[in-house]
Amino acid sequence: MINAALDICGISKLFGNNLANDDISLSLGKGEIVALLGENGAGKTTLMNILFGHYVPDSGKVLIEGRELPPGKPRAAIRAGIGMVHQHFSLAPNLTVLENVMAGTESLWRLRSGTDAARQKLQGICSRFGLTVDPHARLGDLSVGEQQRVEILKALYNDARILVLDEPTAVLTNLESERLFSTLKYMAREGLSLIFISHKLDEVMAAADRIVVLRGGRKVAERLASKTNKAELAELMVGRKVARPVREPSTPREVVLEVAGVSVIIDGVERLKSIDFTLRAGEVLGIIGVSGNGQTTLAHLLSGTVSRDKGVVVLFGEPIGDLSVEGAVLAGIGRVPEDRNNEGAIGEMAIWENAILERLPRFSRHGLVDRSAGQAFARMIIDAFDVRGGKPTTRTRLLSGGNMQKLILGRNLIERPRILIAAQPARGLDEGAVAAVHERLLQARREGTAVLLISEDLDEVMALADRIQAIVNGRLSPPVSAQEADATKLGLMMAGEWNEEHEISDAL
Amino acid sequence: MNAVIDIFASAGLWAAVLRIATPLILGTLGALLCERSGVLNLGIEGIMTFGAMIGWLAVYNGANLWTGLLVAALAGGVFGLLHAALTVTLGLSQHVSGLGVTLFASSFSYYVFRLLVPVAGTPPTIEPFQPIDLPALSSLPFIGPALFTQTLPTYGAIALALVLGYVLFRTPLGLAIRMTGENPHAAEAQGINPMVMRYGAVIFGSALMGVGGAFLTLSAFNSFFPTMVQGRGWICIALVVFASWRPGRALIGALLFALFDSFQLRLQAVLGGGVPYQIFLMIPYLLSIAALVLMARRARVPQALMQPYRRGER
Amino acid sequence: MRFERREHRSVALVIATPVLAVLCALALAGILIAIAGAPVMEAYWRILVGAFGSRLSATETLTRASPLILTGLAAAVAFRARLWNIGGEGQFYLGAISVAAASSQLLAGLPSAVQIPLLLAVGAAAGIVLLLVPLWLRLSFSVDEVVTTLLLNFVALLFVSMLIDGVLKDPMAFGWPQSQPVADDAVLPKLLARSRLHIGLGIGFVLAVAVHLVQSRTVFGMQSRAAGLNPAGAVFAGVPLGRTLVKVACISGGLAGLAGAIEVMGVQGYVTTDLSPGYGYSGIVVAMLANLNPLGVVLAALFTAVMFVGADGMSRSMGIPTYIADVTVSLSLISMLVGVFFTQYRIRR
Repeated sequence: MINAALDICGISKLFGNNLANDDISLSLGKGEIVALLGENGAGKTTLMNILFGHYVPDSGKVLIEGRELPPGKPRAAIRAGIGMVHQHFSLAPNLTVLENVMAGTESLWRLRSGTDAARQKLQGICSRFGLTVDPHARLGDLSVGEQQRVEILKALYNDARILVLDEPTAVLTNLESERLFSTLKYMAREGLSLIFISHKLDEVMAAADRIVVLRGGRKVAERLASKTNKAELAELMVGRKVARPVREPSTPREVVLEVAGVSVIIDGVERLKSIDFTLRAGEVLGIIGVSGNGQTTLAHLLSGTVSRDKGVVVLFGEPIGDLSVEGAVLAGIGRVPEDRNNEGAIGEMAIWENAILERLPRFSRHGLVDRSAGQAFARMIIDAFDVRGGKPTTRTRLLSGGNMQKLILGRNLIERPRILIAAQPARGLDEGAVAAVHERLLQARREGTAVLLISEDLDEVMALADRIQAIVNGRLSPPVSAQEADATKLGLMMAGEWNEEHEISDAL
Repeated sequence: MNAVIDIFASAGLWAAVLRIATPLILGTLGALLCERSGVLNLGIEGIMTFGAMIGWLAVYNGANLWTGLLVAALAGGVFGLLHAALTVTLGLSQHVSGLGVTLFASSFSYYVFRLLVPVAGTPPTIEPFQPIDLPALSSLPFIGPALFTQTLPTYGAIALALVLGYVLFRTPLGLAIRMTGENPHAAEAQGINPMVMRYGAVIFGSALMGVGGAFLTLSAFNSFFPTMVQGRGWICIALVVFASWRPGRALIGALLFALFDSFQLRLQAVLGGGVPYQIFLMIPYLLSIAALVLMARRARVPQALMQPYRRGER
Repeated sequence: MRFERREHRSVALVIATPVLAVLCALALAGILIAIAGAPVMEAYWRILVGAFGSRLSATETLTRASPLILTGLAAAVAFRARLWNIGGEGQFYLGAISVAAASSQLLAGLPSAVQIPLLLAVGAAAGIVLLLVPLWLRLSFSVDEVVTTLLLNFVALLFVSMLIDGVLKDPMAFGWPQSQPVADDAVLPKLLARSRLHIGLGIGFVLAVAVHLVQSRTVFGMQSRAAGLNPAGAVFAGVPLGRTLVKVACISGGLAGLAGAIEVMGVQGYVTTDLSPGYGYSGIVVAMLANLNPLGVVLAALFTAVMFVGADGMSRSMGIPTYIADVTVSLSLISMLVGVFFTQYRIRR
């Protein structure tokens, strides 16, 4: 291929015993958009880190417009015209937009930053691609969508001709995602070449010209977007047919939790604004929304780590005061936190300790921890929930994400809680683990647990929830029943478009 | 009340302010630079002690005063290198490493001093920096004796605050250092090597601490004795927070602090024996704590302060 | 070159680390001794002789170790919960002066069996109070306790200096600033006759075991460990962070205050501003050398005491400044930090 902007030839990379990349080759034409599709652990991010010089490959090479790139040199990659937009933004919140863009672009020994020239160049790029942003705004004050714009501008400012975007839509609303893809297509027409990494089939089909599928560190397929379909891609990506479980019809029972007019203010910001919902035994209530709209606070409120400033909470028919963690656990509320690694478990502690930490009163006598009962409890969870990779005394950090989530689900579900608060329970897990988590949630529902599922994944909510409410900027929409919800309608709800009055009656 | 006014009206107070402030300015700037790159340097107390000792020792053995300052700077840099190796390369706890450096640097200073300078009844002295006469300025009424009767290192320290402010906020190097202290991953993604930035900032910052210590023995006093740094390093750490990590404010903070300090010394003389002198001596430490309480929640802490950076590990 | 986390830490390596760290520090200090022009091996031999060579020196070493065990435990307990109590020195002095004050002013007439326990409690309480201040500042104003505890060391020492130069000054001390002595009934019983070794050593042993049991067996121990390792996770699991830290501070400050108390009641009998040769700061080294293990603290305290007592003897006969002990101890802290790192990481190309 003569016109190739980028050639990746036979890249392999070994981490310990894990072959993260196994002889991967791909090429990217000028003005082309290629999607790199694969699950977590398929090797996408490793490949891009090699491309960008963060890792040195064990074998293989990278050619930019036919010239070989020296391995392991981020600077050389930038100079050759590669720009990376990271999934976790590489930005400094305390610096201004312009400072974020400029850092590292000038010789360090210049006696004065060329701030004026830089601002003009930045504004030129902004107007060329229709990306508006105030160069002097403090980055931390911008919205997530704007911050991503700064990430893209940063790459363009470095005269990137090849742009790599790692899971660019993970933090965006549907609307923002659509806007992003139209910008990307515009950029491609302007002669930029783009690679974007994703595991979402919809957006891959919508935005890419060509799709490269990675699985288990190997390239398994390459398709033109016009000559494939979602079903084929799904099978290629997962390597087998994985059917996510879907809820079967059931009749919800008595109301176990009622929240009316609840507001929560944290550090002077009203995170939840007079929200209302009811939760019934034997149903899944889905709370859908782009992260950062108050769902963390909602989960914390019901988990007993945040207290409310206004409103009423009625638990099992009794109005209650503020929940404590201990009170919540005792009352039979299971809690699955959204931040598995930080909140869900303490990595340096043993599995058994993490299993009992939130229910210590039950596993202690006279202030002494009952180790053998704790370890037996952990062993029970390990067996019943198929937690692989550790004994009760193994340090929890050594578990994979999926197994850690099984441990967290297990310690909550093994005692059949009356309510389960599951915040982003499948986030970041691979397809097999997602199916397992979903199956556990549905099983809990069958057994009469009331499940509150907080999620930003439309497919997940539509597959599992009986009723759905959207959370936008701290407000909760009225519920819609799953039958009348489709992607368009939920998309509108997530963007804050709902009618306060109707729909409540027919959903209840 | 009149006594208080008299104190403020005396040129000697203001001259003392600048003198007392100088080691604090240097130490605070050093600590500030380290922290801007993301490294807390609690080695400061020991590095200042070592700087005070080695600078003095060099001059005592015949070097000139400027060479003494240079030696102190180099020694400070070497301890900075040690701290950087522990905290940047190995990513160890910055708290504990810093304390380790302080304990080692101060005990090493005492060891070297005792080894090379025999015990004597009165501590041996050197000829310290003399105040320099600035034409016209020094002879101004009040202002002259108040502000322009300092030694050169004092003027140097004040100038350095301005230079460091310029470097941090107006040059690409300064932006790279700040970026490293805010988000080393972002810095790396922009082709800045965070390791190099941190090493550089810690070594240079520690050199400043060494000079700050040497000012004590080469300008403020003329001899070295153990424990002479007296917690000034810790006060500098507090001043960095008080200054919200800005060199200009660090200068102001150090001057304010010195003003309180020299004021209390004079107040002590006025009030005489009525109040135990220890009360006055406590004031600097209590003031530092008050400064921390005042600023701790307001200041924008460098986001990556105390976070070790490892490539590829988030 | 990069570092990679080890999946499994070998127990042998964890145990060998402090030994290697100490050997490494001794080797480095040996260079300094050699530079000073003294024969290195002989110097070390003299240190050993100085520390264990006679009944007197051996008991002196154990006497030195007693407060170090307590200040080491104080640091270890606090660091485990990521409470950076660097204020052991100040808490030591405040404990000491409170004991001197209480014994000479309030409790003088009481019999030993009542007075001694009361005084020990007073010393511990004083240490607790001094640590609760920085903890309060951290919990209410987010002020880093490292700097505040460090600064309070100076305040505490000046406070002591003020008292022994003022209201508590001993009129019989020929004008020297020293406190009034503790009552005769408040002197700690000796462990060995004709020595300075007192029951403070036993108190140290018992408390080391007690702290070990509390940390490994109790709900509080588990919660404080969780709070130290991952505060967000601990809060989610219902660990009351503030209350746990207050309890940790009470144990830590109490132990450091107790160290001051036994030093006054067991050794010196009155307070001066050089009562402690840096026991509070050395406690940090002791704790780190022990890898924060309470039982290890006993051994680490013993090593530190050997260095200090032995170096005293060695320095007199060989002309090496006694500060070589401080240098060696601080170097062993740094070596230990590096050593612990390599039990957790391995080097990869």
